[in-house]
Amino acid sequence: MALVLESVGKKLGGEVHLHPLDLTLQPGTMNVLLGHTGAGKTSLLRVLAGLDRPTSGKLLRDGKDVTRATARERSVAMVYQQFINYPSLTVRANIASPLRKRSAAEIAGRVRELAQQLRIEELLDRLPGQLSGGQQQRVAIARALAKGADLLLLDEPLVNLDYKLREELRDELRLLFGAAGASAQAASRAAGHAATVVYATTDPAEALSLGGTTVVLHQGRVLQHAPALQVYHRPASLEAARVGSDPPLNVFAGRVRDGAIELGESLGGAARVPLAGHPHLARLPEGEYQLGLRASDCRLRPQAASDLPVRVQVELREITGSESFVYVRAADTASQLIVHQDGIADCQLDEALTIHLDPRRLLVFAKDGGALVSSYHEGP
Amino acid sequence: MAELVLQGVSHSYELARGASAVARKKPPAFALRELDLRWRDGGAYALLGPSGCGKSTLLGILSGLLRPTSGQVLFDGKDVTELSSRERNVAQVFQFPVVYDTMTVRDNLAFPLRNRGLSSQHIAQRVRDVADALELGPALDKRATRLTADEKQILALGRGLVREDVAAILFDEPLTVIDPHRKWMLRRKLKEIHRQFRHTLIYVTHDQTEALTFADEVVVMSTGAVLQRGTPEELFLRPAHTYVGTFIGSPGMNLLPCQLVTRDAQVWAKVGGHELGLGDGVRAALAQRAGESPRLELGIRPEHVTLEPGDGAAGVPLEVTAIEDHGRFRIVVGKLGGEAVEGGPLVVKARLPGGEPAAAAVGQTVRVRFAADRVCLYEQGHLVAAAPLPAPPPPSLAAASDAAEASP
Amino acid sequence: MIDKTPNNKAWLFVLPMAMLVAFSAIVPLMTVVNYSVQDILGPNVRVYVGFEWFRKVLRDPELHAAFLRQLLFSFSVLLIELPLGLGVSLLMPRRGWAVSATLVVLALPLLIPWNVVGTIWQIFGRTDIGMGGAALTGLGVDYNYTLDRVDAWLTVLVMDVWHWTPLVALLCYSGLRAIPPAYYQAAAIDGASAWSVFRYIQLPKLKNVLVIAVLLRFMDSFMIYTEPFVVTGGGPGNSTTFLSQFLTRLAVGQFDLGPAAAFSLIYFVFILFFCYVFYTVVNRIGQG
Repeated sequence: MALVLESVGKKLGGEVHLHPLDLTLQPGTMNVLLGHTGAGKTSLLRVLAGLDRPTSGKLLRDGKDVTRATARERSVAMVYQQFINYPSLTVRANIASPLRKRSAAEIAGRVRELAQQLRIEELLDRLPGQLSGGQQQRVAIARALAKGADLLLLDEPLVNLDYKLREELRDELRLLFGAAGASAQAASRAAGHAATVVYATTDPAEALSLGGTTVVLHQGRVLQHAPALQVYHRPASLEAARVGSDPPLNVFAGRVRDGAIELGESLGGAARVPLAGHPHLARLPEGEYQLGLRASDCRLRPQAASDLPVRVQVELREITGSESFVYVRAADTASQLIVHQDGIADCQLDEALTIHLDPRRLLVFAKDGGALVSSYHEGP
Repeated sequence: MAELVLQGVSHSYELARGASAVARKKPPAFALRELDLRWRDGGAYALLGPSGCGKSTLLGILSGLLRPTSGQVLFDGKDVTELSSRERNVAQVFQFPVVYDTMTVRDNLAFPLRNRGLSSQHIAQRVRDVADALELGPALDKRATRLTADEKQILALGRGLVREDVAAILFDEPLTVIDPHRKWMLRRKLKEIHRQFRHTLIYVTHDQTEALTFADEVVVMSTGAVLQRGTPEELFLRPAHTYVGTFIGSPGMNLLPCQLVTRDAQVWAKVGGHELGLGDGVRAALAQRAGESPRLELGIRPEHVTLEPGDGAAGVPLEVTAIEDHGRFRIVVGKLGGEAVEGGPLVVKARLPGGEPAAAAVGQTVRVRFAADRVCLYEQGHLVAAAPLPAPPPPSLAAASDAAEASP
Repeated sequence: MIDKTPNNKAWLFVLPMAMLVAFSAIVPLMTVVNYSVQDILGPNVRVYVGFEWFRKVLRDPELHAAFLRQLLFSFSVLLIELPLGLGVSLLMPRRGWAVSATLVVLALPLLIPWNVVGTIWQIFGRTDIGMGGAALTGLGVDYNYTLDRVDAWLTVLVMDVWHWTPLVALLCYSGLRAIPPAYYQAAAIDGASAWSVFRYIQLPKLKNVLVIAVLLRFMDSFMIYTEPFVVTGGGPGNSTTFLSQFLTRLAVGQFDLGPAAAFSLIYFVFILFFCYVFYTVVNRIGQG
């Protein structure tokens, strides 16, 4: 079931929640809506679910206009941030609740199968109130799957869970729907129901971990719709790169002149990157640009001869044991950068040192509007 | 600002409610088992653990909202166990932002001072100072309800900072409702404030990244007990308990059943039929071990599992079952080849750098190596042997390293 | 939200209720409108009189008196019951068996039929056999609600307070229970006094509940009929004749259907107007 959105927009009381947007969701795919709080993720999900009607545009399902169809008519299932289950029904009855018009044996079999997938077989006779948050959300997901709907919507389903549980359930969701779960999806496609999954999150790591395609939303607009890794390596714009970067993207201004990018104004000194030797920079026309570089491409120790040394002062150091985040300010400028490296960073607060930027990983954006000009990644 | 000490503190909600001893059939459940902790004046500390581990109970005892069933709470050597929150001079920032909706930002900041009857001149000065430090200046006359979630959380923090006599600031999962990209800003703000004001900070969370990045020292808790207390580095490199090993790190530590064997007058760890070398540090620690149980668990971080290049026979075979590409790094999950082990195949996760073309594909068998010096050995969950922490570079060296690095 | 997906099936659910309302409210209302513009002189003799009845009723000094009495009564009810109910709710226990006990005791007056409430107070206030009346007389207070206008008025007011304050208290109590404990903890840490906690946490968080309480109590008290009818019958004199009693007397007692119908409509518009004013005013206070 391909779902096509044609200039779908949503306004509420003069406030624009979604600017008219076009989007095509392929059947049986995993689509992650990535955006900050208030970017329009929930608005879009509600429109997809048929809970709200868009103020403009239309929704086509397999070419048929379903804009005015209600949630009931649309074959959708939804999982929310809060753990929503029927409190007076057992886990078994909760999962079975969307299953109708089938023999008892068939229902029991399906419930068992889903409970197994979500590892809640042992809890089937308990009430939701007796379960932990993670278990309750598993029940809610199992119930949504039981419906066998064409469209499965998940609205930040892991956000209310403990960190470790979140990681665990995310792994399982990836196996259930994600790119790695392609075989499971293929099996269900053969059985006649390959659900299109739409998963909303604020966490870039979650989008990468789940795989599939990522829809980057910002202030009610779709900035990019592409495979997760492409969004990471070839963000369509500076804003899309910012939404998809955690830790935040390092951004600085630069000017291309005489065969090099001059960064002196933003990074201090006479910092410049020669265009030659970097395939993705070689053909940059002269002019002003905004440059993005991920924190993990800035290092405390040089790695290649092409590295660009920048004098900085350490403002803050965060060490998790496995990795370190060093917040620095380029000498004599206001530019703040974050350096993300594995292991323990051996530096002191307020220490003046040299960090090394990897120009091979520079993302180049237009000065106005921030559209991507060049990325180190070739793209598809 | 104060040094905080807990002596023999425990807590049971049942006993606190006064359930009569006769009516009770089972011994009472303790949310917090007896523990001793000491927090230095001016340090930044974190309490880390899953929901229900007792960390919030501990926080309640510190803030004076709960009275411990046993033990004493000392602030700078003074027994404050019986004192109320108000008398203790602690500030607290809650999971969701608690602000006084009907007041302006200015009134919110002034509130704790007005309640203590300070002069309006002094209050105005303090409010201005704190607002400047938190960059709330432009919002001072806004109504608190009009702020965004993260601004409200900063305001809640400001109400704690505004008091000069505050002994400690307690944080109860303060970033829960904050967007990931704002967390970076807010965490940085917290750190800056800490550098500026040097309060004793105690931060409770279930999120390892928040705990490890925030604190100089982290206390890991599970089921009402302290499992380990240490710097982020210690928790990462020398987890005292397998639980700490799996709880910290994403993904957590690989744990594999192993046996110790002696060959060539040296101790080797036998995992799934493969004999693995151990680092000198690990061997030295093993030599000092008192117990003699040969049944151990070997713990190795995914970060310390590396691919062996080429088709050589070095390392152990790993059949790759899944690869997750996170952009910056890849997680390779695989089944360890070799002898069959009871309880199914041994699963090993490796965290490899991303970017370059993947060196492994699903279905392929690769050879991996465990960093011999980063192996930890556990007996019934408790650490028995691990290499000592690498010595931190002396500050003078770190400063000088800059010059040395210039020639790679 | 105005732009939900339309589903015409929803009308099927609304239809039975719509029909019920049509028969129970709209048809009678239209009858009332019909009566309000005619004079019925005989069984089949009706004359269209336009707005004559409205003019007449609005100029009736007796109505003016009843209206003022009614306003005084309704505002007294609000002024007493809201603070009292709020106060009671603040004093109610928060945990343990005492919670259920208090709830049951508070709910009792609400469970008693209104005419029985009237009867109880009629007897309670009697100076010969009523506990309240006899006690007051014993204390040397010259009290007799059947003879003294002020006494009668006060009796009806106290009765209403007894009857309905529990409702306000229960509403406020449920509102108080919904405030997350973190607010109280923060206040304790900030060193807030009990008054500050009330002023800056409890009162703002109770705003919505209080709006509902004000509306309910105003509407109910503005339409009060049964209890004063049973206790005083509107007397002595007209001292406890409130609007609804005035209306009944007009319609049933004197059978002046035209003026009664006109007044019904005016009464209806009044209540709508006051509710609207309260709603907006209270909401605006909340937003400051």
